[in-house]
Amino acid sequence: MNDQTPTSAQRAEALQGMGCRRKRVEDIRFVQGKGNYVDDIKLPGLLYGDIVRSPHGHARVKSIDTTKAAAVPGVVAVITAETLKTVNLAWMPTLAGDVQMVLADGKVLFQNQEVAFVIAESREAAADGVELVEVAYEALPVNTDPLKAMSDGAPVIREDIKDKKEGAHGPRKHYNHVFSWGAGDKAKTDAAFAKADVTIKELIVYPRCHPCPLETCQCVASFDKIKGELTLWGTFQAPHVIRTVGSLISKIPEHKIHVIAPDIGGGFGNKVGAYSGYICAIVASIVTGRPVKWVEDRIENLSTTAFARDFHMETEIACTKDGKVLGLRCYTIADHGAFDACANATKWPAGLFSIVSGSYDFPTAYCLVDGVYTNKAPGGVAYRCSFRVTEAAYAIERAMDIMAQKLGMDPAEFRLKNLIRREQFPYTSAFGWQYDSGDYHVALNKAMETVGYNKLREEQKAKQEAFRRGETRELMGIGVAFFTEIVGAGPSRNCDILGIAMFDSAEIRIHPTGTGICRLGTKSQGQGHETTYAQIIASELGLPADNIMVEEGNTDTAPYGLGTYGSRSTPVSGAATAMACRKIKAKAQMIAAYMLEVHDDDLEWDVDRFRVKGNPERHKTMTELAWAAYHEVPPGMEPGLEAVNYYDPPNFTFPFGAYICVVDVDVDTGESKVRRFYALDDCGTRINPMIIEGQIHGGLTEAFGIAMGQEIHYDEDGNVTTASLMDYFLPTAVETPKWETDYTTTPSPHHPIGAKGIGESPNVGGVPCFSNAVNDAFRFLGATHLQMPHDAWRTWTAAEKLGLHG
Amino acid sequence: MIPGSFDYHRPGSVQEAVGLLAQYGDDGRALAGGHSLIPMMKLRLATPGHLVDLAGIADLKGIRADGSDIVIGAMTTQHELIGSDLLAQKVPLLRETSRLIADPQVRYVGTLGGNVANGDPGNDMPAVMMCLGATYQVAGKGGERRIPARQFYHGAYFTALEPGEVLTAVRIPAPAAGHGFAYEKLKRKVGDYATAAAAVVLIMNGGRVATCSIGLTNVAETPLWAEEAAKILNGSALDAATVKQAVAAAEAICTPASDRRGTPEYRTKMAGVMLTRALARAKSRAA
Amino acid sequence: MAKSQISLTVNGKTVEALVEPRTLLIHFLREQLGLTGPHIGCETSHCGACTVDLDGKSVKSCTVFAVQASGADIRTIEGMAAADGSLHMLQEAFREMHGLQCGFCTPGMITRAYRLLQENPNPTEDEIRMGISGNLCRCTGYQNIVKAIQYAAAKMSGVPFREAAE
Repeated sequence: MNDQTPTSAQRAEALQGMGCRRKRVEDIRFVQGKGNYVDDIKLPGLLYGDIVRSPHGHARVKSIDTTKAAAVPGVVAVITAETLKTVNLAWMPTLAGDVQMVLADGKVLFQNQEVAFVIAESREAAADGVELVEVAYEALPVNTDPLKAMSDGAPVIREDIKDKKEGAHGPRKHYNHVFSWGAGDKAKTDAAFAKADVTIKELIVYPRCHPCPLETCQCVASFDKIKGELTLWGTFQAPHVIRTVGSLISKIPEHKIHVIAPDIGGGFGNKVGAYSGYICAIVASIVTGRPVKWVEDRIENLSTTAFARDFHMETEIACTKDGKVLGLRCYTIADHGAFDACANATKWPAGLFSIVSGSYDFPTAYCLVDGVYTNKAPGGVAYRCSFRVTEAAYAIERAMDIMAQKLGMDPAEFRLKNLIRREQFPYTSAFGWQYDSGDYHVALNKAMETVGYNKLREEQKAKQEAFRRGETRELMGIGVAFFTEIVGAGPSRNCDILGIAMFDSAEIRIHPTGTGICRLGTKSQGQGHETTYAQIIASELGLPADNIMVEEGNTDTAPYGLGTYGSRSTPVSGAATAMACRKIKAKAQMIAAYMLEVHDDDLEWDVDRFRVKGNPERHKTMTELAWAAYHEVPPGMEPGLEAVNYYDPPNFTFPFGAYICVVDVDVDTGESKVRRFYALDDCGTRINPMIIEGQIHGGLTEAFGIAMGQEIHYDEDGNVTTASLMDYFLPTAVETPKWETDYTTTPSPHHPIGAKGIGESPNVGGVPCFSNAVNDAFRFLGATHLQMPHDAWRTWTAAEKLGLHG
Repeated sequence: MIPGSFDYHRPGSVQEAVGLLAQYGDDGRALAGGHSLIPMMKLRLATPGHLVDLAGIADLKGIRADGSDIVIGAMTTQHELIGSDLLAQKVPLLRETSRLIADPQVRYVGTLGGNVANGDPGNDMPAVMMCLGATYQVAGKGGERRIPARQFYHGAYFTALEPGEVLTAVRIPAPAAGHGFAYEKLKRKVGDYATAAAAVVLIMNGGRVATCSIGLTNVAETPLWAEEAAKILNGSALDAATVKQAVAAAEAICTPASDRRGTPEYRTKMAGVMLTRALARAKSRAA
Repeated sequence: MAKSQISLTVNGKTVEALVEPRTLLIHFLREQLGLTGPHIGCETSHCGACTVDLDGKSVKSCTVFAVQASGADIRTIEGMAAADGSLHMLQEAFREMHGLQCGFCTPGMITRAYRLLQENPNPTEDEIRMGISGNLCRCTGYQNIVKAIQYAAAKMSGVPFREAAE
């Protein structure tokens, strides 16, 4: 050893393992415009598909005449439900146990529903063909109000199941009813409410919105008639699931389906499910014998491929008069549109909504969700929601503020009084979830101290007085949100998608020269997996991250996985990666012992090598051991150095955070300006802080959009009025606030590297924080609940109702 | 996403353009910057069989002084308006308005002529031109004519332009030196059309309004010249009570559509708020 | 409808082609020239993912017909790196500052940032935000994009880059 020999710390730094701000591998191709997205794919003989859509929200389809369309030069075929019936694909099963029309079969149930699929030699010919398909409709009464869906005489949306008294999730109480699902203890909770000093009840609505990734949904389907094999490239967050489901419904054997998800331009849950366009492209390829590309427009995307939220939550809290929560009750109507195409775990049609008791120590709670059908686009779960956690967090965080107001308590103080305490972890909630770890009080106190919370409240008070004296027309609001997330779906005992357990996987192979490849069952759409999984491997195996190639998305080579959504990659495949590494490390240790002629137990691990205890000069680096694995292994041992792990998580993980927001509302225009937004997140072990910050920035920006203006709005005639970027509010760099990020770290005790996942936390915590801030601005005037989105005209209308415009 | 088919023409002179537009009648459309027309064609809301691209006509460019008037070629882009020293000096209201139109890319290509001639109630320049008392120079088969902006707008997408006519230039009588001006635009986000907007040009004399002109954007089927509201302000010191009366007069002529920007009631009130703020800013700038 | 002969320069190379008048410039670049860097994110000219540099102007190539661009000098993201393959400072800056996640808005964003810095070599933060207001991003929240542009501006002007505290 001499001064030139790197120290352990220097060697660790050189690996670029967990905890460092490793620059992203993906960027090299993206900044040069060399990403490989679905629409970049070119194949010889490629055909293009385009979809004819219904202008009506609810109508019978009397006839479809494709003659003129088929005569357009370049149009090769036009597919309708009649065509699909010949291969039993006019309807397809959804991930939620329902069925969905692929193309209109006698009826259309929402505006822009798919009616016919035109296939042509060029995009132009396909578009021309779409214009010439003649469809005769007979309009039917429309219902787009979920609160009216189960009334007597409401229009029948689903004639196909009208008389079915049993749905996929139990008994149906009305022809427009999808499911009832509840959790918690109703009797105990009702009793708590009956005895309570103070109660609040509020209808808290989380409007319908849409994830709107910048790249829309698209695919290229190529069926090889000779081999009987289908290759399907697509925007798939869960490529293996698409393959299995695709096999079950098409009857093409699964080993003959090659699903490839290349680079994906953002997912946010929009790209989990299977859509009509995919099925039609596959059938079109089978029928024509040529590859077929389908790319949806933005308007098609916003109005038909999934949606998010549309939860109408009547939320109640019971409390003692000095502010201790006693019980929580929540009755929700969930609008699923025309078909329940939610991508939930099978047993939970309302996802993980029962996280609705949030971060607070409720002794008892009960929630009930009724899903209903309306004349709107199908779906439900999406948009960085962790399976309805965004909805639950919004309900509880708004309700806590409303209760604090009734009690005359500060919202932060009220939370501090009721947050689950550190010593209660692992904590079993009133709904039965076992929260893994957390120190909530430290987090909220740190947030409050950092923003100077008390000073802000003083400033607010002074401004309120100035407002009353007519000296200012601005109201200041301070929003607080403390959320608990539940991610990492999930343990096989209760988590499956269409029967497939929600484990995930990592397969790692180290090459003779000490570099390697890792393939996983997850699929990045911008989260930086090529960079971060390599960091885990670097720390676990002592090989430089730059020497590890990470691959996802090719179902032939990647081990089976359930994909990336619900912040599950780090909790599940991240765990699988660590576990696979440890198998490799164990084998490497045995090789090292053999080479050094010592017993396994005589070795200790030091960053990137095994060394003999007490005699550190005698060591073997992992790189040397890799070569040895191919060169000379101990007698009786298989050569090679690789491992696969399928990880069945023992529990979900529970990231959490404390967010504080300051807004200034212009009472005369209704505009809200975000003065400051501070986000403290705890995601357990932090793999790449740079990427974590990026996820927070992005998620908060989506939350900002949702809280301040996004909605997918239907009028009462079934017209979707916000289906283009003219009206669907995507903030630009000008509107978007600056984000301050901070953190605490409480590792997950059950996760191999203590990591919890982070992607969706900012959307979960951000929306209630913004909404609480705007609401807080009007609290002193007696307003209890302003409904979001808090766009200018709604805020102005609330101010008008409060008599603020003189 | 894909427009219908059309034939493309690129004339080199106004005369040629006019000839082509006359020839194709309803089936022909003039193409200026294209950032209103092409999006409509992509949605197939417009399906012209012939596009007459004006980009090759040098006579339609340029910003010059002509006596006390400023004459701006119809194909001048928003970017060029913003960058013009002459306009910054003589009609600063234009730079302020241009900056509030759309986004940088659209401003590089979008033209003044396109913005004023379309008849789209959402466009910003029409109300500004009415406020300034501008005149549109128009060429057609019958020759040239001039139409005051205040008489140009008849309904949504319905203007005084006859079939086959094309706007060639906008002529603006430069407001007197020391005038106050403002364009106050309420919008949901950068690049959006106005929820409501007000353009104000005024001259102060001894602390009182000598002349005042007001234009309102996107609060009716056409841009509005709020003549009554302006009359009320003449001779006043822009005191709160008089401004309130003027605002009431402005609100009285608003008939905004209900859309995602807000209810008609809200948008009408916002026209009033924008007017109030525009008056305050214009006054602060006036000599 | 009759096809048109067009001639233009793309990333320094002369291109001759026969196009239908209704062919959008974005489709011409992506399909006929194989330049799949600029992307399509909408059909209403809002998102800016298709932004190219045309005769010294940032232009949304989805709102221009290829025939209109005859005679033009166009640069796409593929033309940003130097002839020897070394990245433009903006491309390095976006990587350095984590100014991208899914990469879909990135070509249009970098191409626009390039012209922005030509217009204004030392923009303030507000000027940067206004300057990229025609480019939407769903992943980054813009904060690191702004940093990347500030970093590039500093480096290209030869001044030290001072990262503002978050």
